[in-house]
Amino acid sequence: MCLAVPGKVVETYRENDLLMGKIDFGGVRKCACLEHVSDVKIGDYVLIHVGFALSRIDEAEAKRVFEYLKEVNQLDELGELSESARPIGQP
Amino acid sequence: MMRYVAEYRDGAAVEKLIAEIRRTVTRKWTLMEVCGGQTHTIVKYGLDSILPDAIELVHGPGCPVCVTPLEMIDRAHAIAQRPNVIFCSFGDMLRVPGSKGDLLALKSQGSDIRIVYSPLDALQIAKNNPQSKVVFFAIGFETTAPANAMAVFQARRLGIKNFSVLVSHVLVPPVITAILQATGNRVQGFLGPGHVCTVMGYTEYEPIAKFYRVPIVITGFEPVDMLEGILQTVRQLEAGQTCVANAYGRAVARAGNPASKKLLDEVFEVCDRQWRGIGIISKSGLKLRYEFHAHDAERLFEVGAIETHESPHCISGQILKGLKKPAQCSAFGTLCTPQTPLGATMVSSEGACAAYHAYGRIKAEETT
Repeated sequence: MCLAVPGKVVETYRENDLLMGKIDFGGVRKCACLEHVSDVKIGDYVLIHVGFALSRIDEAEAKRVFEYLKEVNQLDELGELSESARPIGQP
Repeated sequence: MMRYVAEYRDGAAVEKLIAEIRRTVTRKWTLMEVCGGQTHTIVKYGLDSILPDAIELVHGPGCPVCVTPLEMIDRAHAIAQRPNVIFCSFGDMLRVPGSKGDLLALKSQGSDIRIVYSPLDALQIAKNNPQSKVVFFAIGFETTAPANAMAVFQARRLGIKNFSVLVSHVLVPPVITAILQATGNRVQGFLGPGHVCTVMGYTEYEPIAKFYRVPIVITGFEPVDMLEGILQTVRQLEAGQTCVANAYGRAVARAGNPASKKLLDEVFEVCDRQWRGIGIISKSGLKLRYEFHAHDAERLFEVGAIETHESPHCISGQILKGLKKPAQCSAFGTLCTPQTPLGATMVSSEGACAAYHAYGRIKAEETT
């Protein structure tokens, strides 16, 4: 029920005094209310739940876990295991 | 270019995270994933079967369809049967059994019941049908509350007087507290509700983590998200830490979404709420503020005293609190199936029983 799906903003418009948008979900387009992500730009990804944008997706944060895993890989190759790897989410 | 879905289902990333968890864990830990959507991911991808045996995942109460009280379902049914009413609901609620049947059965008997994707769609139906009373069944956790609040707010602003909402909103922090206070609680760490925190942020969880000495890691819903949440929780447990951490940074900020929180505060106020299978939890729900009473279906439709009937076989209360697993119920998969659900956790695809049933956990669970 708390399912929220990331989609790309392809168009914005105003309707009944609310910021609305057309959102592309991998080819399927739906309208959603963007009023609570009002700084959104065309091309941004937003998280949509019941036709309502909850938040903008932070691209840098989105990559963090993969960067961490890449680091673990490099450490593995060096033969140094997780002792020295920094925890996810910590700079 | 990130698409923010497929990357988080990547098999190689999953394997690496599992290996990291294996390296980290030195003893048994019991974690609870709060959300039904997370339970669904765990069972669908079999994450519980590839994690080290030392980590037990128990399934939490975060399925709003499951915990919506029977009394409210019966009230919805009573309103839906009124003449001149168009009753709008999310599709998930249609097959939830009340004391007598479900909304789908009422629809087949002639009641005007419509499935909507968004509460704003229900508002549009009201606009298009000025001669009818349009009622929207506003259920959900904090995730759904902003959209529901927006529908009510817009109804008042646009003067759509034939639109009302039957509100049965629930809140996560009070139920986490109730689980931690329950006798027999085994939960040592929580995978926090990612989308709830998208709206609310996670400052509310900080005093809970501190007082009850449990780590709470805000976690997303894809396999990689879930494993990252588990890894961070286990790291904290192994190190004796009890902090709130955010493993869903791409969607969640510590303060949440300020615009949503402001609107919620304007439209709703906190109230005591009954949870199906659990009971009343104080200050665990939201109701409409008096200023919006003209759009409050509970005030507009007097339905009289409601006498509810729950199945005596159902143990969903214990399942929702993480005390029991679906296979421990004598009715699971026999008397109680997704087609004939007896109680809360079998009715929604996010309920623990329904998820176990859907992904064929019947035989496997019986032999263990």
